[in-house]
Amino acid sequence: MLLRLIVEYSKPYRPWIIGVLAFQLATTIATLYLPSLNARIIDEGVTEGDTAFIWDIGVLMLGVAFAQVLTAVAAVYFGARTAMAVGRDIRRGVFHSVAGFSSREVNQFGAPTLITRGTNDVQQVQMLLLMGLNFMVSAPIMCVGGIIMALREDVGLSWLVWVSVPALIVIVGILIRFLMPLFRLMQDRIDAINGVLREQIIGIRVVRAFVREPYETERFRTANERLTDVGVKVGQLFVLMFPLIGMILHLATAAVLWFGGQRVAAGEMEVGSLTAFLQYLLQILGAVMMGTFMAMMIPRAAVCAERIVEVLNVQPSLRDPETPDAGAPLNGVVEFRGVSFGYPGAEEPVLKNLNFVAEPGKTTAIIGSTGAGKSTLLNLIPRLYDADSGQVLIDGVPVSGLTREQLSERVATVPQRPYLFSGTVATNLRFGSTDATDEELWDALRIAQADDFVQEKEGQLDSTIAQGGTNVSGGQRQRLCIARALAAKPKIYLFDDSFSALDVTTDSRLRAALHDVTRDATVIIVAQRVSTITEADQILVIDDGEIVDRGTHEELLEYSETYQEIVKSQISVEEVA
Amino acid sequence: MSEDKKPRRIWRAPGKAADAVPEEAAAQAATPVAVETAVEDEFTDMSMDDGFGGQQSVRKAKHFWPSAKRLIGLLAPEKAGIAVVLLFVAAGVLLTVIAPKILGRAMDVIFSGVIGSQLPAGATKEQVVQGLEAQGQDNLAAMVERMNVVPGQGIDFQELGVIIVIVLAMYFVANVFIWAQGFLLNKLVMRVVYKLRKDVEDKLNRLPLNYFDTRQRGDLLSRATNDVDNIQTALQQAFAQLIQSVLTVLGIIIMMFIVSWQLALIALIALPLSGIAAGIIGSRAQGLFASQWKATGSLNGQIEESFSGHDLMKVFGREDESVERFDERNEELYKASFGAQFVSGTIFPVMQFISYLAYVGIAVVGGLRVASGQMSLGDATAFIQYSREFTQPLGQIAGMANQLQSGVASAERTFELLDADEQDPETPTSHLAARTEGHVEFKDVSFSYDPAKPLIENLSFEAHPGHTVAIVGPTGAGKTTLVNLVMRFYELDGGSITLDGVDITALSRGELRSKVGMVLQDAWLFNGSIMDNIRYGRLDATDEEVFEAARATFVDRFVKALPDGYETVIDDEGTNVSSGEKQLITIARAFLANPSLLILDEATSSVDTRTEALVQHAMAALRTERTSFVIAHRLSTIRDADTILVMESGRIVEQGSHELLLEARGAYYRLYMSQFAGPAEDPDVEVAAVSV
Repeated sequence: MLLRLIVEYSKPYRPWIIGVLAFQLATTIATLYLPSLNARIIDEGVTEGDTAFIWDIGVLMLGVAFAQVLTAVAAVYFGARTAMAVGRDIRRGVFHSVAGFSSREVNQFGAPTLITRGTNDVQQVQMLLLMGLNFMVSAPIMCVGGIIMALREDVGLSWLVWVSVPALIVIVGILIRFLMPLFRLMQDRIDAINGVLREQIIGIRVVRAFVREPYETERFRTANERLTDVGVKVGQLFVLMFPLIGMILHLATAAVLWFGGQRVAAGEMEVGSLTAFLQYLLQILGAVMMGTFMAMMIPRAAVCAERIVEVLNVQPSLRDPETPDAGAPLNGVVEFRGVSFGYPGAEEPVLKNLNFVAEPGKTTAIIGSTGAGKSTLLNLIPRLYDADSGQVLIDGVPVSGLTREQLSERVATVPQRPYLFSGTVATNLRFGSTDATDEELWDALRIAQADDFVQEKEGQLDSTIAQGGTNVSGGQRQRLCIARALAAKPKIYLFDDSFSALDVTTDSRLRAALHDVTRDATVIIVAQRVSTITEADQILVIDDGEIVDRGTHEELLEYSETYQEIVKSQISVEEVA
Repeated sequence: MSEDKKPRRIWRAPGKAADAVPEEAAAQAATPVAVETAVEDEFTDMSMDDGFGGQQSVRKAKHFWPSAKRLIGLLAPEKAGIAVVLLFVAAGVLLTVIAPKILGRAMDVIFSGVIGSQLPAGATKEQVVQGLEAQGQDNLAAMVERMNVVPGQGIDFQELGVIIVIVLAMYFVANVFIWAQGFLLNKLVMRVVYKLRKDVEDKLNRLPLNYFDTRQRGDLLSRATNDVDNIQTALQQAFAQLIQSVLTVLGIIIMMFIVSWQLALIALIALPLSGIAAGIIGSRAQGLFASQWKATGSLNGQIEESFSGHDLMKVFGREDESVERFDERNEELYKASFGAQFVSGTIFPVMQFISYLAYVGIAVVGGLRVASGQMSLGDATAFIQYSREFTQPLGQIAGMANQLQSGVASAERTFELLDADEQDPETPTSHLAARTEGHVEFKDVSFSYDPAKPLIENLSFEAHPGHTVAIVGPTGAGKTTLVNLVMRFYELDGGSITLDGVDITALSRGELRSKVGMVLQDAWLFNGSIMDNIRYGRLDATDEEVFEAARATFVDRFVKALPDGYETVIDDEGTNVSSGEKQLITIARAFLANPSLLILDEATSSVDTRTEALVQHAMAALRTERTSFVIAHRLSTIRDADTILVMESGRIVEQGSHELLLEARGAYYRLYMSQFAGPAEDPDVEVAAVSV
């Protein structure tokens, strides 16, 4: 998966990759050439006492070193370029893919994991690629090159390569094999202990109220001990790594000297070759080590790659219609015809056979307990989901026959969870209509009862809004969300429990002001509190995904048991009547 | 519902591997901490994090040396062990540093054998030298003279064998020392960090609640968790490696001078050169990394925002614009990161180049010196080995310095936590009866969080045993503060609070709180089974008692429907248990605790209306025969309270039963009407209600 992802996305950068390979090869050759030049200094210069030759070779070595650094830098250049470009492209792929998702796909994954996949996971793959191009590519080249060079110096000693390289791989490999699960375990336990602390800090009042400090301390102690245990275990194995590797290198060195010395004595090898062979062997072992360590990055990046590919492979379940229905007049009549809907994987449908019409100039309220499907119902209107059966129509046209653009012209939503985007008040308000004038924005703010606090802000419309709107209070956020919808001037307003964070006065003022602007629009409100919908032209009481009763407040008080039950839990009947 | 999931910031410092300069990467890939950091990040609640990840990596200590000293001070209890570790490190380094010199002698033996075998047998060394000089081969003559040559005799394998065995033995012992110090140090550090973690946790228990109120939770969490992790890494890796590297560098320099001061000088020229090169490239790279992090931050911010606000993007038809903006920023990130990665990537080749320069210099000058007999070949090869071994610890020192720096910055933050003022020490002088009546009295109580802003002043009232006292009023009136004072979460500025006639400051906090049960607005449950969460109220409760509490509070009903029943694990996602049901569990927990005094702080505000009915029933069950303080937004829930306290800006403005207060047509009446009258009917009244 990892390989396929990288291969696919690096296609446009083949020439660069070839550049990396070529320059890495050149660098490696230069690197390997140096010891053999050194050998010649010894064999032909030192042994013969030829100082002029030593100088000549010295100059050559300098030249080779220069060539080495230039090619190495060039390789890094292409490597960085390729890795970053591939990272950019994968990131773009993920983002574009998610932008095309419908809510169904987003919810299937969940926004948090999508964010991880788009940020951290891509980063991991990108880093692996960078490391790979910079180091992993050079390891095998160095290995092969080193072996060739070593063989050139002396074939008789080559068995040392065949022994020491596998020995190194086996020992490092075994250690890593044991260490990897321990690392994972250690991370789990770090998470566990941090989890305990997190719970303690978040639940500090409860912990103290129930005098559970000793209990929590005990829980923490266990977690701490478990972490320390595994930490010690990891350490015990980990500290073996470098002494063991060191011993292999030193044994190899000793073996070269011993067996090499015998070959030199037998006249089968020269002294310079001996030193060169030694250096090659060490270079080969170094490359093997590097390769092995790099290989440790692969499993983690592979997990990331898999998660990225999952996102990339999703086919969005909703698409704009090929031939959008353009002719319909804009009135804003919303109609549900036998609509049923269930979330994927859920046993029970959330909405069952809904039928109702919401007309312009009228307010339709929806009430029911949590989980009854109220928000889902609203989400079907701007086609965040498609109904499983039945039809949702706007002005007689099924929503699936309208483009995204057409839909957003017609419908504006105020979500249950007020969410603002980073930017300014103005950029947020213009979210629904890019070309709204400042005057129009102020109008919207006035109606939403948000003009006072925006006026008080430095910069007013241009004052900054942090991501999510966290730098304004919950109530202010909600009002800005309402203003955002108002500024879009749609035909259909959807309020999803949008007044919950407002105090009573603001709430009633806002309602009064809303009444005027929404005179010609269709308003659909999801509400928790009965007191907020007594004025509605039509109240739909939803229970278990079905409309159990409908009518005005007074009518429902008369005959709807469910409605009465809801009302009773909030106000006693005689007081309302 | 899934769209209710909190948006979470997912990327934490996008990984050490990400910004490490390449030569460190190999080393880091092998370290325990770098290996598994990011994949699990998804399961960590990132909303706790205090900002864009990149900023964390550039965090610097404010007072570096004092904090560093204190960090080292953490190791004080392990003084003896540390001394042994240092001794082992020194011994290991000493042996590894000397070994190449001796290995050089093996080379000499081979070389002498080679030269010797070419010389006529039987002649003495002097004769050979004279003969060479006569031929005009002065250089060769000098070289042979210096060597331990027996003309006509080949390599002395016995001597070679002895040398090799000695060297191997030295390396073996050195590695044993290095292993032993690592083994020991790891144990010591784990012990020290264990203690540090324990101290942090203990500290959390002794901090006043005020401390938690006034700080960002995310910051506090990161001090208690990430920073301690970071300290562990710094101590475990940086500390030992730094010592080892510094000693190795010193040892090699000394050995180089011993072998040949001329060559040593050549090798040492490389030192300032690499320093300058690293400095130039490093500082350029740092700037580029900063812009890379900035670009990463802004791009990741947009990703998070767009994905979290996906539905809104759709509804308002803004995907195209968002995609466009993303592409722009993505391109910016590409440019920034390419620059950063390229420039930082050149450090490695450039450093290597400098070391090659030194290598060439050594090869040439060494060659000349060997050829002229001023130096043995073995020394020259030993020297090459030294110069190679020299650069590696230098790089390590640079890398470790970074890690140590961030470790010290973390230590500083953790120490700040450890040094924070603690709550007043306890001076329990009294005890309560095993079963308290629940008679609470406030006498002239004054309290404020901030001396400049008085909140509660001279407040007095009485709650009789078994009564329900409801507290209503606008946000910020001090309702929650009032009940928190009963719990002695905060210390009074003046006046006193008594429980059954005993001043609560005369009791230990534990004893006081064990008499009080509390249900809060946020249903706090820990990551564990429903069973365990309920039992949290009374740890020694039997299963049967837990079930009973669950039945009394309507928990049993929905738990039975869960596939795992009482063993269902409550986690962050909480997919199977709704927020209302969680609230019911907290009520069951308080029920099980069976306190004589009960505090319900907005316990129903996050619950939908139908579940609320259940919660109301449950709370009614809980309130029987207990003195209860109830804070509620919705007045419908408190109409049958025995006493209603209406609070405004820290004062009690009205007090009495529902009927009494309605008749009085005062603040309570206005509040009440504003909630239950139709919205547009009587706006004037509502304005009045809020202007108070």
